[in-house]
Amino acid sequence: MSPLLDVRNLRVSFPTPQGRAEVVKGLSFTLGRERLGIVGESGSGKSMTGRAILRLIRTPGRQEADRLAFDGIDLTTLSERRMRDLRGARISMIMQDPKFSLNPVMTVGAQIAEALLTHETLARRDVQARVIEMLHAVRINDPERVTGLYPHEVSGGMGQRIMIAMMLIPQPDLLIADEPTSALDVSVQAQVLDLIDELVRDKGMGLILISHDLQLVARYCDRILVMHAGQVVESCAAADLHKARHPYTRGLLAAVPRMEETRDELPVLDRSAWSGT
Amino acid sequence: MPLRRKTAGAQRLKQAARSLGGFVVVTALTFIGLMAITFFIGRVIPIDPVLAVVGDRATQEQYDAARVAMGLDRPLVLQFVSYVGDVFQGNLGHSVSTNRPVAQDLARVFPATLEMATLGILIGVGLGVPCGTWAAARQGTWVDQLIRVFALLGYSVPAFWLGLVGLVVFYANLGWVAGPGRVDIFYEGLVEPRTGLMLVDAALASDWEVFWNALDHLILPAAILGFFSLAYIARMTRSFMLDTLGQEFITTARVKGVSEWRVIWVHGFRPIRVPLITVIGLSYAALLEGSVMIETVFSWPGIGNYLTVALLNADMNAVLGATLVIGAVFILINKLSDVLYRVLDPRSR
Repeated sequence: MSPLLDVRNLRVSFPTPQGRAEVVKGLSFTLGRERLGIVGESGSGKSMTGRAILRLIRTPGRQEADRLAFDGIDLTTLSERRMRDLRGARISMIMQDPKFSLNPVMTVGAQIAEALLTHETLARRDVQARVIEMLHAVRINDPERVTGLYPHEVSGGMGQRIMIAMMLIPQPDLLIADEPTSALDVSVQAQVLDLIDELVRDKGMGLILISHDLQLVARYCDRILVMHAGQVVESCAAADLHKARHPYTRGLLAAVPRMEETRDELPVLDRSAWSGT
Repeated sequence: MPLRRKTAGAQRLKQAARSLGGFVVVTALTFIGLMAITFFIGRVIPIDPVLAVVGDRATQEQYDAARVAMGLDRPLVLQFVSYVGDVFQGNLGHSVSTNRPVAQDLARVFPATLEMATLGILIGVGLGVPCGTWAAARQGTWVDQLIRVFALLGYSVPAFWLGLVGLVVFYANLGWVAGPGRVDIFYEGLVEPRTGLMLVDAALASDWEVFWNALDHLILPAAILGFFSLAYIARMTRSFMLDTLGQEFITTARVKGVSEWRVIWVHGFRPIRVPLITVIGLSYAALLEGSVMIETVFSWPGIGNYLTVALLNADMNAVLGATLVIGAVFILINKLSDVLYRVLDPRSR
């Protein structure tokens, strides 16, 4: 059986006055119906990887890959029209901050319904029922009222649950979550992640969780890729994270404070320990 | 549940009534402010209104009598109150240059400008908005460059030159449009001026011959005015659109698999309607002031021409009357924009 996602030698580059700068430099991984975490600092290329899978790198940016296949479909040669049929319907992405990623002048209900109607033809009544049902699934109380609200009228946590509802309503096979909780209060972060986790498990979807938070990724994922400067420096099972070998990963892990801290000072990443930068 | 909905409806109605009340009060205050300004201009302008009436050979007694008769010896506050009263009764004084009541003159010249400006702004919006949006969607390509150069022309070409060249090419050489004036001379006075808008009057009288002739005369000057507002509107649309297309919610729409056309015209365009209304409102107001250049080139009896002639003849009442009308138009358009904001932007409700 072919894997859900097969990425080989993915490259993303942007033009600069000094020539093209590669932000993703030959990334390879395969993904089944499992939960993969991609961790890295800002600028490491993790978000660009997520967008490249959906082929959403806008010009003048450019993406190339030896192989980029989803469920046996070669995405590199797919027409834009066929690609659009996949987006949302089979591969979806939860964006970072609901304050900016929801259209400010469309009601929540209209935006969720649009995700559904882009891929399915349904009667108005059925659409409404599906939207309400989906809002129930993401634990929103009084969904009838919420469908009529505009994004500025809902809180951040609720906005992100609306985002999840919108991205899961066409029932995709692969969900990319790009820093889904970075813009949220700590108190609602766990709720939102538990919700994503539960829905993904229930539906047997593949998940790519992109985050800068090692602990969080370790908790919610089966496997972890650590990215640095556009490359994967470490790939391991989440349970084996403590056995990580690469100095960058070890440095990151060492910098995490513990519950019973004995060190007077947390170590700072020593960037001379690995080659490259 | 139905009970709650009913109270919510009542609440919204109450809110609407309150905002309508506030709207009326604010608009009325703005009008009074406008009248205070025109009144003030009338007092500081170095033209003696008494002299204009009695002539320069009047004796001092005649002059003083006329001054008292005109009420100019009263305190300024009282003069202002009677001025406001006059304005509300439609009495804007007598024009020295046309020897007719200013209100009557304005009722004749303003519709002429209104007709041309309205058609002009329709052309400007109808072409400018799609052009600007298209340029933004194809940023950096030849389409974008072409539209930008076209818009730049609208900024840099003088109006009278374009008017004259337009007449030479489309009227004299090609004969596609009619020449200067509002209608051909033998159509003049055929339809009863009910609104003063030639097209509307002809349509009301079902006189289609006059209608088409008037449109023939109107189309070239309106298209030239439209080109100027198109230039501005297209540039502004392009820049608003570029800004919006870079937003995260546009990516969200693409992630959902929404078609590019819908991404641009629904997700991209809806949020820019509010700033666009400001731009369009200002352009329209500027056209309604009357373009002296275009009105002169096309012998158009509009308010721009009227105001210029009045200024040159030191015809104070006419100047003040025209200023008042133009100011009132600005206020109305601004208020209309405010109402539209509230309709179009859920965040401002």
